Amino acid sequence: MKNFLSQRVVDIKPSGIRKFFDIVSEMKDAISLGVGEPDFDTPWFIRDEGIYSLEKGKTFYTSNAGLKALREEISAYIKRTQGVDYSPDDEIVVTVGGSEAIDIGLRAVIDAGDEVIIPQPSYVSYEPCATLAGAKTVIINLQAQNEFKLQPQELLNAITDKTKVLILPYPNNPTGAILERENLEKIAQIVKEKDILVMSDEIYSELTYKDKHVSIASLDGMKERTILINGFSKAYAMTGWRLGYACGPAPIIAQMTKIHQFAIMCAPTTSQYAAVQALKKGDEEVAKMRSSYNQRRRFLMEAFKEMGLECFEPYGAFYVFPCIKEFNMTSEEFATRLLMEEKVAVVPGTAFGDCAEGYLRISYAYSLDNLKIALSRIKNFVQRLRNEN
Amino acid sequence: MRDELLSILEKNSRIDFKELAVLLGVTEEQVLEEISKLEKENIICAYHTLINWEKTDIEKVSALIEVKVTPQRGQGFDRIAERIYNYPEVKSVYLISGGYDLLVTLEEKSLKEIAAFVSDKLSTLDSVLSTATHFILKKYKDHGTIINKAAKDEREVITP
Repeated sequence: MKNFLSQRVVDIKPSGIRKFFDIVSEMKDAISLGVGEPDFDTPWFIRDEGIYSLEKGKTFYTSNAGLKALREEISAYIKRTQGVDYSPDDEIVVTVGGSEAIDIGLRAVIDAGDEVIIPQPSYVSYEPCATLAGAKTVIINLQAQNEFKLQPQELLNAITDKTKVLILPYPNNPTGAILERENLEKIAQIVKEKDILVMSDEIYSELTYKDKHVSIASLDGMKERTILINGFSKAYAMTGWRLGYACGPAPIIAQMTKIHQFAIMCAPTTSQYAAVQALKKGDEEVAKMRSSYNQRRRFLMEAFKEMGLECFEPYGAFYVFPCIKEFNMTSEEFATRLLMEEKVAVVPGTAFGDCAEGYLRISYAYSLDNLKIALSRIKNFVQRLRNEN
Repeated sequence: MRDELLSILEKNSRIDFKELAVLLGVTEEQVLEEISKLEKENIICAYHTLINWEKTDIEKVSALIEVKVTPQRGQGFDRIAERIYNYPEVKSVYLISGGYDLLVTLEEKSLKEIAAFVSDKLSTLDSVLSTATHFILKKYKDHGTIINKAAKDEREVITP
Protein backbone atom coordinates (compact mmCIF):
# COMPACT_ATOMS: atom_id res chain seq x y z
CA MET A 1 0.00 0.00 0.00
CA LYS A 2 1.33 3.45 -0.75
CA ASN A 3 1.69 6.18 1.83
CA PHE A 4 -1.50 8.20 1.61
CA LEU A 5 -0.49 10.98 3.96
CA SER A 6 -0.01 14.53 2.84
CA GLN A 7 3.62 15.47 3.37
CA ARG A 8 2.57 19.03 4.07
CA VAL A 9 0.50 17.87 7.03
CA VAL A 10 3.00 15.29 8.23
CA ASP A 11 5.65 18.00 8.33
CA ILE A 12 3.63 20.09 10.75
CA LYS A 13 4.99 19.74 14.26
CA PRO A 14 2.33 18.40 16.65
CA SER A 15 1.25 20.81 19.39
CA GLY A 16 3.72 20.90 22.28
CA ILE A 17 0.79 20.83 24.63
CA ARG A 18 -0.31 17.38 23.59
CA LYS A 19 2.62 15.48 25.06
CA PHE A 20 2.20 17.18 28.40
CA PHE A 21 -1.51 16.61 28.38
CA ASP A 22 -0.99 12.86 28.17
CA ILE A 23 1.18 12.84 31.29
CA VAL A 24 -1.13 15.08 33.30
CA SER A 25 -4.28 13.15 32.49
CA GLU A 26 -2.67 10.04 33.98
CA MET A 27 -2.17 11.76 37.34
CA LYS A 28 -5.27 11.63 39.44
CA ASP A 29 -4.54 14.21 42.14
CA ALA A 30 -2.63 16.79 40.11
CA ILE A 31 -3.76 20.39 40.23
CA SER A 32 -3.75 21.83 36.76
CA LEU A 33 -3.00 25.46 35.98
CA GLY A 34 -2.78 24.55 32.34
CA VAL A 35 -6.23 25.33 31.07
CA GLY A 36 -6.81 27.92 28.39
CA GLU A 37 -10.50 28.45 29.04
CA PRO A 38 -12.60 30.21 31.69
CA ASP A 39 -13.53 28.30 34.85
CA PHE A 40 -16.93 29.99 34.96
CA ASP A 41 -19.98 28.27 33.57
CA THR A 42 -21.64 30.11 30.71
CA PRO A 43 -23.96 32.66 32.39
CA TRP A 44 -27.36 31.08 32.90
CA PHE A 45 -29.37 33.53 30.79
CA ILE A 46 -27.22 32.63 27.80
CA ARG A 47 -27.63 28.89 28.35
CA ASP A 48 -31.32 29.45 28.87
CA GLU A 49 -31.59 31.14 25.50
CA GLY A 50 -29.86 28.17 23.87
CA ILE A 51 -32.33 25.81 25.52
CA TYR A 52 -35.24 28.02 24.52
CA SER A 53 -34.12 28.05 20.90
CA LEU A 54 -34.07 24.24 20.94
CA GLU A 55 -37.54 24.12 22.46
CA LYS A 56 -38.82 26.34 19.71
CA GLY A 57 -37.30 24.01 17.12
CA LYS A 58 -34.62 26.39 15.91
CA THR A 59 -32.56 23.46 14.71
CA PHE A 60 -31.88 24.28 11.08
CA TYR A 61 -28.90 25.75 9.24
CA THR A 62 -28.60 29.50 9.45
CA SER A 63 -27.38 31.59 6.53
CA ASN A 64 -23.72 30.92 5.76
CA ALA A 65 -22.49 34.17 7.25
CA GLY A 66 -24.55 33.59 10.40
CA LEU A 67 -27.91 34.73 11.78
CA LYS A 68 -28.72 38.24 10.67
CA ALA A 69 -29.71 39.15 14.24
CA LEU A 70 -26.34 37.98 15.50
CA ARG A 71 -24.39 39.87 12.85
CA GLU A 72 -26.35 42.98 13.78
CA GLU A 73 -25.48 42.52 17.46
CA ILE A 74 -21.82 41.96 16.59
CA SER A 75 -21.87 45.11 14.50
CA ALA A 76 -23.43 47.08 17.36
CA TYR A 77 -20.95 45.62 19.83
CA ILE A 78 -17.87 46.58 17.79
CA LYS A 79 -19.39 50.00 17.25
CA ARG A 80 -19.92 50.61 20.95
CA THR A 81 -16.61 49.16 22.12
CA GLN A 82 -14.29 50.28 19.30
CA GLY A 83 -16.24 52.93 17.43
CA VAL A 84 -15.80 51.04 14.15
CA ASP A 85 -18.70 50.46 11.76
CA TYR A 86 -18.97 47.01 10.21
CA SER A 87 -21.95 46.33 8.00
CA PRO A 88 -23.86 43.24 9.15
CA ASP A 89 -24.60 42.55 5.48
CA ASP A 90 -21.16 41.98 4.05
CA GLU A 91 -18.43 42.76 6.56
CA ILE A 92 -19.04 40.10 9.23
CA VAL A 93 -18.93 36.30 9.14
CA VAL A 94 -19.83 34.11 12.11
CA THR A 95 -17.43 31.18 12.51
CA VAL A 96 -16.89 28.02 14.51
CA GLY A 97 -14.79 29.69 17.18
CA GLY A 98 -12.09 32.26 16.60
CA SER A 99 -9.97 29.33 15.42
CA GLU A 100 -11.96 28.87 12.23
CA ALA A 101 -11.77 32.60 11.54
CA ILE A 102 -7.97 32.39 11.74
CA ASP A 103 -7.94 29.45 9.35
CA ILE A 104 -10.31 30.78 6.70
CA GLY A 105 -8.96 34.31 7.04
CA LEU A 106 -5.48 33.13 6.13
CA ARG A 107 -6.74 30.84 3.38
CA ALA A 108 -8.74 33.70 1.87
CA VAL A 109 -5.71 35.95 1.42
CA ILE A 110 -2.65 33.73 1.03
CA ASP A 111 -1.12 32.66 -2.26
CA ALA A 112 1.81 30.25 -2.40
CA GLY A 113 4.98 31.97 -1.29
CA ASP A 114 3.33 34.87 0.53
CA GLU A 115 4.88 35.59 3.88
CA VAL A 116 2.94 35.74 7.13
CA ILE A 117 4.60 37.40 10.09
CA ILE A 118 3.82 35.73 13.42
CA PRO A 119 5.02 37.25 16.67
CA GLN A 120 5.74 34.57 19.27
CA PRO A 121 5.11 33.44 21.98
CA SER A 122 1.54 33.19 20.77
CA TYR A 123 -1.39 30.87 20.29
CA VAL A 124 -0.51 27.52 18.78
CA SER A 125 -2.57 27.58 15.62
CA TYR A 126 -1.29 30.61 13.66
CA GLU A 127 1.79 28.89 12.35
CA PRO A 128 0.19 25.61 11.19
CA CYS A 129 -2.81 27.45 9.69
CA ALA A 130 -0.52 29.76 7.74
CA THR A 131 1.57 26.82 6.58
CA LEU A 132 -1.50 24.88 5.47
CA ALA A 133 -2.65 27.93 3.56
CA GLY A 134 0.63 27.77 1.64
CA ALA A 135 2.37 30.69 3.31
CA LYS A 136 5.95 30.99 4.40
CA THR A 137 5.93 31.90 8.07
CA VAL A 138 8.27 34.52 9.47
CA ILE A 139 8.54 34.41 13.25
CA ILE A 140 9.27 37.43 15.41
CA ASN A 141 10.73 36.46 18.77
CA LEU A 142 9.15 38.87 21.22
CA GLN A 143 11.31 39.96 24.12
CA ALA A 144 10.54 39.79 27.82
CA GLN A 145 12.29 43.12 28.43
CA ASN A 146 9.66 44.73 26.16
CA GLU A 147 6.92 42.98 28.12
CA PHE A 148 6.38 40.85 25.00
CA LYS A 149 5.01 43.84 23.10
CA LEU A 150 5.70 43.87 19.38
CA GLN A 151 8.31 46.55 18.70
CA PRO A 152 8.23 48.64 15.50
CA GLN A 153 11.85 47.76 14.74
CA GLU A 154 11.16 44.04 15.13
CA LEU A 155 8.35 44.36 12.65
CA LEU A 156 10.45 46.34 10.17
CA ASN A 157 13.18 43.69 10.34
CA ALA A 158 10.69 40.95 9.52
CA ILE A 159 9.09 42.63 6.52
CA THR A 160 10.18 41.65 3.02
CA ASP A 161 8.73 42.23 -0.46
CA LYS A 162 6.70 39.08 0.01
CA THR A 163 5.09 39.99 3.32
CA LYS A 164 1.33 39.89 3.06
CA VAL A 165 -0.07 39.44 6.55
CA LEU A 166 0.92 40.41 10.07
CA ILE A 167 -0.79 38.43 12.80
CA LEU A 168 -1.37 40.61 15.83
CA PRO A 169 -2.19 38.40 18.83
CA TYR A 170 -3.14 40.81 21.63
CA PRO A 171 -4.23 40.57 24.43
CA ASN A 172 -1.83 37.69 24.22
CA ASN A 173 -2.07 34.05 25.06
CA PRO A 174 0.31 32.87 26.63
CA THR A 175 2.07 35.98 27.96
CA GLY A 176 -0.89 38.11 29.02
CA ALA A 177 0.74 41.07 27.25
CA ILE A 178 -1.38 43.83 25.76
CA LEU A 179 -0.70 46.50 23.16
CA GLU A 180 -1.81 50.01 24.00
CA ARG A 181 -2.87 52.74 21.63
CA GLU A 182 0.59 54.29 21.37
CA ASN A 183 2.13 50.90 20.49
CA LEU A 184 -0.60 50.19 17.96
CA GLU A 185 -0.19 53.57 16.28
CA LYS A 186 3.45 52.89 15.49
CA ILE A 187 2.63 49.46 14.13
CA ALA A 188 -0.25 50.82 12.06
CA GLN A 189 2.09 53.38 10.53
CA ILE A 190 4.49 50.69 9.33
CA VAL A 191 1.70 48.42 8.15
CA LYS A 192 0.25 51.20 6.01
CA GLU A 193 3.60 52.24 4.59
CA LYS A 194 4.52 48.69 3.70
CA ASP A 195 1.00 47.85 2.48
CA ILE A 196 0.38 44.83 4.70
CA LEU A 197 -2.82 43.24 5.95
CA VAL A 198 -3.29 42.74 9.69
CA MET A 199 -5.05 39.76 11.21
CA SER A 200 -5.85 40.99 14.69
CA ASP A 201 -6.86 38.19 17.05
CA GLU A 202 -8.77 39.95 19.81
CA ILE A 203 -10.41 36.95 21.45
CA TYR A 204 -9.29 38.21 24.90
CA SER A 205 -10.40 41.80 24.26
CA GLU A 206 -12.85 41.85 27.18
CA LEU A 207 -10.19 40.64 29.59
CA THR A 208 -7.86 43.57 30.13
CA TYR A 209 -6.98 45.01 33.50
CA LYS A 210 -5.59 48.42 32.70
CA ASP A 211 -7.28 50.53 30.07
CA LYS A 212 -9.98 49.15 27.81
CA HIS A 213 -8.77 47.17 24.85
CA VAL A 214 -8.08 49.16 21.68
CA SER A 215 -8.46 47.42 18.33
CA ILE A 216 -6.00 48.30 15.61
CA ALA A 217 -8.99 48.40 13.27
CA SER A 218 -10.15 51.56 15.06
CA LEU A 219 -7.04 53.49 14.02
CA ASP A 220 -7.08 55.80 11.07
CA GLY A 221 -6.90 53.98 7.73
CA MET A 222 -6.72 50.55 9.36
CA LYS A 223 -10.23 49.20 8.98
CA GLU A 224 -9.63 48.51 5.28
CA ARG A 225 -6.49 46.49 6.01
CA THR A 226 -7.53 44.54 9.10
CA ILE A 227 -9.28 41.25 9.67
CA LEU A 228 -10.59 41.57 13.21
CA ILE A 229 -11.16 38.24 14.92
CA ASN A 230 -13.12 37.82 18.11
CA GLY A 231 -15.56 35.37 19.65
CA PHE A 232 -17.60 34.31 22.61
CA SER A 233 -15.33 31.75 24.27
CA LYS A 234 -13.32 33.90 26.63
CA ALA A 235 -15.54 36.89 27.39
CA TYR A 236 -18.75 34.91 27.95
CA ALA A 237 -17.20 31.64 29.08
CA MET A 238 -18.63 29.86 26.02
CA THR A 239 -15.72 27.73 24.82
CA GLY A 240 -17.75 24.59 24.16
CA TRP A 241 -20.31 26.49 22.09
CA ARG A 242 -17.66 27.01 19.41
CA LEU A 243 -18.58 30.45 18.24
CA GLY A 244 -16.45 33.26 16.91
CA TYR A 245 -16.50 35.82 14.15
CA ALA A 246 -14.43 37.88 11.78
CA CYS A 247 -15.02 41.45 10.70
CA GLY A 248 -13.21 42.95 7.77
CA PRO A 249 -13.33 44.52 4.34
CA ALA A 250 -16.23 43.13 2.29
CA PRO A 251 -14.08 41.52 -0.46
CA ILE A 252 -12.11 39.53 2.15
CA ILE A 253 -15.18 38.56 4.16
CA ALA A 254 -16.81 37.39 0.91
CA GLN A 255 -13.92 35.01 0.18
CA MET A 256 -13.83 33.83 3.79
CA THR A 257 -17.55 33.18 3.68
CA LYS A 258 -17.04 31.16 0.50
CA ILE A 259 -14.60 28.80 2.24
CA HIS A 260 -16.80 28.72 5.34
CA GLN A 261 -19.82 27.85 3.19
CA PHE A 262 -18.09 24.91 1.52
CA ALA A 263 -16.17 23.62 4.52
CA ILE A 264 -18.54 24.29 7.41
CA MET A 265 -21.88 25.52 6.03
CA CYS A 266 -22.69 27.59 9.11
CA ALA A 267 -21.76 27.95 12.76
CA PRO A 268 -23.91 25.97 15.26
CA THR A 269 -27.44 27.39 15.28
CA THR A 270 -28.11 26.93 19.01
CA SER A 271 -24.90 28.75 19.82
CA GLN A 272 -25.81 31.62 17.54
CA TYR A 273 -29.16 32.18 19.23
CA ALA A 274 -27.52 32.08 22.64
CA ALA A 275 -24.83 34.50 21.49
CA VAL A 276 -27.39 37.12 20.49
CA GLN A 277 -28.43 37.30 24.14
CA ALA A 278 -24.81 37.29 25.29
CA LEU A 279 -24.14 40.47 23.33
CA LYS A 280 -27.44 42.06 24.29
CA LYS A 281 -27.35 41.46 28.02
CA GLY A 282 -23.91 40.14 28.87
CA ASP A 283 -21.99 43.27 29.91
CA GLU A 284 -22.68 42.91 33.61
CA GLU A 285 -21.66 39.25 33.74
CA VAL A 286 -18.52 39.99 31.77
CA ALA A 287 -17.63 42.75 34.22
CA LYS A 288 -18.09 40.37 37.15
CA MET A 289 -15.84 37.75 35.60
CA ARG A 290 -13.27 40.37 34.68
CA SER A 291 -13.13 41.57 38.25
CA SER A 292 -12.65 38.00 39.52
CA TYR A 293 -9.83 37.39 37.07
CA ASN A 294 -8.23 40.65 38.08
CA GLN A 295 -8.27 39.67 41.77
CA ARG A 296 -6.61 36.37 40.95
CA ARG A 297 -4.08 38.10 38.73
CA ARG A 298 -3.09 40.35 41.60
CA PHE A 299 -2.92 37.36 43.91
CA LEU A 300 -0.54 35.53 41.58
CA MET A 301 1.68 38.56 41.03
CA GLU A 302 1.99 38.95 44.79
CA ALA A 303 2.75 35.25 45.23
CA PHE A 304 5.53 35.39 42.62
CA LYS A 305 6.93 38.50 44.20
CA GLU A 306 7.10 36.72 47.54
CA MET A 307 8.80 33.75 45.91
CA GLY A 308 11.23 36.06 44.20
CA LEU A 309 10.26 34.62 40.83
CA GLU A 310 10.73 37.07 38.00
CA CYS A 311 7.48 37.90 36.22
CA PHE A 312 6.44 40.98 34.27
CA GLU A 313 2.98 42.26 35.10
CA PRO A 314 0.50 41.07 32.47
CA TYR A 315 -2.56 43.24 31.83
CA GLY A 316 -4.58 40.94 29.62
CA ALA A 317 -6.11 37.47 29.11
CA PHE A 318 -5.90 35.12 32.13
CA TYR A 319 -2.28 34.05 32.11
CA VAL A 320 0.91 34.98 33.86
CA PHE A 321 4.23 34.13 32.27
CA PRO A 322 6.94 33.83 34.90
CA CYS A 323 10.61 33.39 34.02
CA ILE A 324 12.44 30.34 35.35
CA LYS A 325 15.83 30.93 33.76
CA GLU A 326 17.52 31.18 37.17
CA PHE A 327 17.15 27.42 37.61
CA ASN A 328 19.13 26.48 34.50
CA MET A 329 16.51 24.08 33.25
CA THR A 330 14.43 24.02 30.13
CA SER A 331 10.77 24.97 30.52
CA GLU A 332 9.85 21.39 29.82
CA GLU A 333 12.20 20.00 32.47
CA PHE A 334 10.88 22.48 35.00
CA ALA A 335 7.26 21.74 34.18
CA THR A 336 7.83 17.99 34.24
CA ARG A 337 9.56 18.06 37.61
CA LEU A 338 6.94 20.41 39.03
CA LEU A 339 4.31 17.97 37.96
CA MET A 340 6.09 14.88 39.26
CA GLU A 341 7.27 16.36 42.55
CA GLU A 342 4.47 18.73 43.50
CA LYS A 343 1.65 17.57 41.26
CA VAL A 344 1.03 20.95 39.70
CA ALA A 345 0.61 21.15 35.94
CA VAL A 346 1.67 24.27 34.06
CA VAL A 347 2.42 24.64 30.37
CA PRO A 348 6.05 25.05 29.24
CA GLY A 349 6.46 28.35 27.39
CA THR A 350 7.99 26.50 24.45
CA ALA A 351 4.55 25.17 23.51
CA PHE A 352 3.94 28.70 22.21
CA GLY A 353 7.19 29.27 20.33
CA ASP A 354 10.86 28.39 20.69
CA CYS A 355 11.66 31.85 21.97
CA ALA A 356 9.57 31.17 25.09
CA GLU A 357 12.25 28.85 26.45
CA GLY A 358 12.74 29.69 30.11
CA TYR A 359 9.12 30.69 30.70
CA LEU A 360 5.95 29.00 31.90
CA ARG A 361 2.35 29.74 31.16
CA ILE A 362 0.25 29.73 34.29
CA SER A 363 -3.47 30.14 33.89
CA TYR A 364 -5.55 31.87 36.53
CA ALA A 365 -8.86 30.60 35.22
CA TYR A 366 -9.20 28.78 38.55
CA SER A 367 -10.82 29.51 41.88
CA LEU A 368 -8.70 31.36 44.42
CA ASP A 369 -8.74 28.30 46.69
CA ASN A 370 -7.25 26.24 43.91
CA LEU A 371 -4.67 28.86 43.10
CA LYS A 372 -3.63 29.10 46.74
CA ILE A 373 -2.88 25.39 47.00
CA ALA A 374 -1.09 25.35 43.66
CA LEU A 375 1.01 28.40 44.46
CA SER A 376 2.10 27.07 47.83
CA ARG A 377 3.27 23.93 46.06
CA ILE A 378 5.14 25.96 43.47
CA LYS A 379 6.73 27.88 46.32
CA ASN A 380 7.96 24.64 47.91
CA PHE A 381 9.33 23.51 44.60
CA VAL A 382 11.15 26.75 43.91
CA GLN A 383 12.69 26.73 47.39
CA ARG A 384 13.84 23.16 46.95
CA LEU A 385 15.44 23.98 43.60
CA ARG A 386 17.25 26.94 45.09
CA ASN A 387 18.59 24.78 47.92
CA GLU A 388 19.84 22.21 45.42
CA ASN A 389 21.96 24.79 43.64
CA MET B 1 -12.90 49.70 45.68
CA ARG B 2 -16.04 49.73 47.81
CA ASP B 3 -18.25 47.74 45.44
CA GLU B 4 -15.59 45.14 44.78
CA LEU B 5 -14.77 44.88 48.49
CA LEU B 6 -18.41 44.32 49.36
CA SER B 7 -18.89 41.67 46.73
CA ILE B 8 -15.84 39.75 48.00
CA LEU B 9 -16.93 40.02 51.64
CA GLU B 10 -20.47 39.00 50.83
CA LYS B 11 -19.11 35.68 49.62
CA ASN B 12 -16.29 35.27 52.12
CA SER B 13 -16.34 37.28 55.31
CA ARG B 14 -13.42 35.32 56.77
CA ILE B 15 -10.91 36.63 54.27
CA ASP B 16 -8.06 38.50 55.98
CA PHE B 17 -7.04 42.10 55.38
CA LYS B 18 -3.74 41.17 53.81
CA GLU B 19 -5.38 39.02 51.16
CA LEU B 20 -8.08 41.61 50.53
CA ALA B 21 -5.37 44.20 49.96
CA VAL B 22 -3.68 41.94 47.38
CA LEU B 23 -6.90 41.11 45.57
CA LEU B 24 -7.98 44.73 45.39
CA GLY B 25 -4.56 46.15 44.61
CA VAL B 26 -4.56 48.53 47.61
CA THR B 27 -2.80 48.67 50.99
CA GLU B 28 -3.96 46.83 54.11
CA GLU B 29 -4.53 50.18 55.83
CA GLN B 30 -6.90 51.24 53.07
CA VAL B 31 -8.84 48.01 53.41
CA LEU B 32 -9.05 48.38 57.17
CA GLU B 33 -10.23 51.95 56.89
CA GLU B 34 -12.86 51.16 54.29
CA ILE B 35 -14.24 48.22 56.26
CA SER B 36 -14.54 50.21 59.45
CA LYS B 37 -16.34 52.94 57.51
CA LEU B 38 -18.72 50.36 56.06
CA GLU B 39 -19.38 48.98 59.53
CA LYS B 40 -19.99 52.44 60.99
CA GLU B 41 -22.36 53.32 58.20
CA ASN B 42 -24.18 50.06 58.91
CA ILE B 43 -23.65 48.96 55.34
CA ILE B 44 -21.90 45.90 56.70
CA CYS B 45 -24.38 44.83 59.39
CA ALA B 46 -22.99 41.49 60.52
CA TYR B 47 -20.77 38.59 59.51
CA HIS B 48 -22.62 35.29 59.29
CA THR B 49 -21.87 31.69 58.50
CA LEU B 50 -24.06 29.67 56.18
CA ILE B 51 -24.63 26.31 57.85
CA ASN B 52 -26.22 23.28 56.31
CA TRP B 53 -28.04 22.13 59.47
CA GLU B 54 -29.38 19.09 57.71
CA LYS B 55 -25.97 17.51 57.93
CA THR B 56 -25.75 17.94 61.70
CA ASP B 57 -27.57 16.08 64.49
CA ILE B 58 -29.31 19.26 65.50
CA GLU B 59 -32.98 19.33 64.65
CA LYS B 60 -34.18 22.51 62.99
CA VAL B 61 -37.45 23.29 61.33
CA SER B 62 -37.91 26.45 59.30
CA ALA B 63 -41.07 28.11 58.13
CA LEU B 64 -42.05 31.11 56.06
CA ILE B 65 -45.09 32.87 57.47
CA GLU B 66 -47.11 35.31 55.43
CA VAL B 67 -48.68 37.83 57.78
CA LYS B 68 -51.46 40.29 57.03
CA VAL B 69 -51.56 43.19 59.46
CA THR B 70 -53.32 46.49 60.02
CA PRO B 71 -50.77 49.28 59.79
CA GLN B 72 -50.83 51.58 62.78
CA ARG B 73 -51.46 55.27 62.61
CA GLY B 74 -48.25 57.30 62.50
CA GLN B 75 -46.03 54.26 62.52
CA GLY B 76 -47.08 52.29 59.48
CA PHE B 77 -45.72 48.76 59.61
CA ASP B 78 -42.60 49.55 61.61
CA ARG B 79 -44.07 49.06 65.06
CA ILE B 80 -45.70 45.72 64.35
CA ALA B 81 -42.57 44.57 62.50
CA GLU B 82 -40.54 45.41 65.59
CA ARG B 83 -42.88 43.47 67.85
CA ILE B 84 -42.31 40.45 65.64
CA TYR B 85 -38.58 40.71 64.98
CA ASN B 86 -37.79 41.01 68.68
CA TYR B 87 -38.56 37.33 69.14
CA PRO B 88 -35.18 35.57 68.88
CA GLU B 89 -36.67 32.59 67.02
CA VAL B 90 -37.62 34.96 64.20
CA LYS B 91 -34.77 34.94 61.68
CA SER B 92 -36.00 37.57 59.28
CA VAL B 93 -38.87 39.96 58.75
CA TYR B 94 -39.53 41.61 55.39
CA LEU B 95 -42.21 44.07 54.37
CA ILE B 96 -43.65 42.70 51.15
CA SER B 97 -45.66 44.18 48.31
CA GLY B 98 -48.63 42.20 47.05
CA GLY B 99 -51.13 39.87 48.69
CA TYR B 100 -49.84 40.13 52.27
CA ASP B 101 -47.71 42.53 54.30
CA LEU B 102 -44.93 40.83 56.25
CA LEU B 103 -42.91 37.76 55.44
CA VAL B 104 -41.52 36.22 58.61
CA THR B 105 -38.89 33.48 58.63
CA LEU B 106 -38.92 31.32 61.69
CA GLU B 107 -36.50 28.69 62.90
CA GLU B 108 -37.43 26.27 65.68
CA LYS B 109 -36.58 22.82 66.96
CA SER B 110 -39.82 21.23 65.89
CA LEU B 111 -43.01 21.63 63.94
CA LYS B 112 -44.89 21.82 67.23
CA GLU B 113 -42.90 24.80 68.41
CA ILE B 114 -43.55 26.66 65.18
CA ALA B 115 -47.26 25.94 65.51
CA ALA B 116 -47.13 27.23 69.06
CA PHE B 117 -45.36 30.41 68.02
CA VAL B 118 -47.90 31.16 65.33
CA SER B 119 -50.96 30.45 67.45
CA ASP B 120 -49.77 31.84 70.78
CA LYS B 121 -47.51 34.72 69.89
CA LEU B 122 -48.07 35.87 66.34
CA SER B 123 -51.82 35.52 65.82
CA THR B 124 -52.63 37.06 69.17
CA LEU B 125 -50.98 40.36 68.30
CA ASP B 126 -53.69 43.00 67.95
CA SER B 127 -52.82 44.21 64.48
CA VAL B 128 -52.28 40.76 62.98
CA LEU B 129 -55.27 39.92 60.79
CA SER B 130 -54.24 36.56 59.41
CA THR B 131 -51.26 34.25 58.90
CA ALA B 132 -50.34 31.54 56.42
CA THR B 133 -47.49 29.22 57.41
CA HIS B 134 -45.30 27.40 54.87
CA PHE B 135 -42.79 24.84 56.09
CA ILE B 136 -39.46 24.60 54.33
CA LEU B 137 -38.86 21.03 53.16
CA LYS B 138 -35.44 21.40 51.59
CA LYS B 139 -32.99 24.20 50.92
CA TYR B 140 -31.41 24.08 47.49
CA LYS B 141 -29.76 27.47 47.45
CA ASP B 142 -29.33 30.01 50.21
CA HIS B 143 -27.61 33.41 50.15
CA GLY B 144 -26.41 32.74 46.62
CA THR B 145 -24.78 29.47 47.59
CA ILE B 146 -25.94 26.16 46.15
CA ILE B 147 -26.23 23.93 49.22
CA ASN B 148 -25.17 20.47 48.11
CA LYS B 149 -23.04 21.25 45.12
CA ALA B 150 -19.76 19.42 44.83
CA ALA B 151 -17.64 21.64 42.64
CA LYS B 152 -16.14 19.57 39.88
CA ASP B 153 -13.86 20.88 37.18
CA GLU B 154 -14.97 19.27 33.97
CA ARG B 155 -12.48 20.97 31.74
CA GLU B 156 -9.71 19.12 29.95
CA VAL B 157 -6.64 19.39 32.18
CA ILE B 158 -4.51 21.20 29.62
CA THR B 159 -5.72 23.21 26.65
CA PRO B 160 -3.97 25.76 24.45
